[in-house]
Amino acid sequence: MDEDVSGTVKKFMFVNRKAPYGTIYALESLEVVLISAAFDQDVSLVFCDDGVYQLKKGQQTKAAGMKNFSPTFRALEGYDIEKLYVEKESLEARGLTEDDLLVDVTVMSSAEMADMMAEQDVVISF
Amino acid sequence: MKFGILVNEGPYTHQATDTAYQFAKAAIDKGHSVDRVFFYHDGVNNSSALTEPPQDDRNIVARWTKLAEEHGVDLVVCVAAALRRGIKDDNLAAGFRISGLGQLVESGIQSDRLVVFGD
Repeated sequence: MDEDVSGTVKKFMFVNRKAPYGTIYALESLEVVLISAAFDQDVSLVFCDDGVYQLKKGQQTKAAGMKNFSPTFRALEGYDIEKLYVEKESLEARGLTEDDLLVDVTVMSSAEMADMMAEQDVVISF
Repeated sequence: MKFGILVNEGPYTHQATDTAYQFAKAAIDKGHSVDRVFFYHDGVNNSSALTEPPQDDRNIVARWTKLAEEHGVDLVVCVAAALRRGIKDDNLAAGFRISGLGQLVESGIQSDRLVVFGD
């Protein structure tokens, strides 16, 4: 694989399905997202299932001894990652609303989400 | 078709790694190419040279090594995820190499399909 990848822009969608702390999925996923931005790809992020908790305001991780990486979501804008989609059904099932989230997102139904996924070139779920 | 594969789970505890291997093998047998398998999260444990399963079970690590040798599949292990879990060049199985996450994004760009295996 030594062909030149510069100039190729694909639609990359990262689907975040796991809660932010306790397992490392969310933190390591965020690392891939930042790298994909460095490759100038058309990046979007989806949060569904327990993944919606990744955007929940007021995370306190000190007592659990885990690094609090939640502020990184606020920095995504600086990497030109501005397409953040949250599944409506997942929010509602957990008693959350858009006001509970620490960044601006677009809330959409699972049916709308499915349509959006169908348009992607690369879908990576964590 | 040109496939890229992402493996997100470790061997034996999760089916993802077995399914990823069977998929890669089936794709190659059908005449497709699998250019790269990228190991991330606990998937990096697929590359430990210290793995010694009982004789009467499949050797998942050796199976990947054989796939690389026979079909030139590029087996790439994420460096940050590997260091977190105690995988270094010292205990890296044959056929694998340690590199950065850029290799995964590159695989997504260059492959016709990037297929993800995880929980």
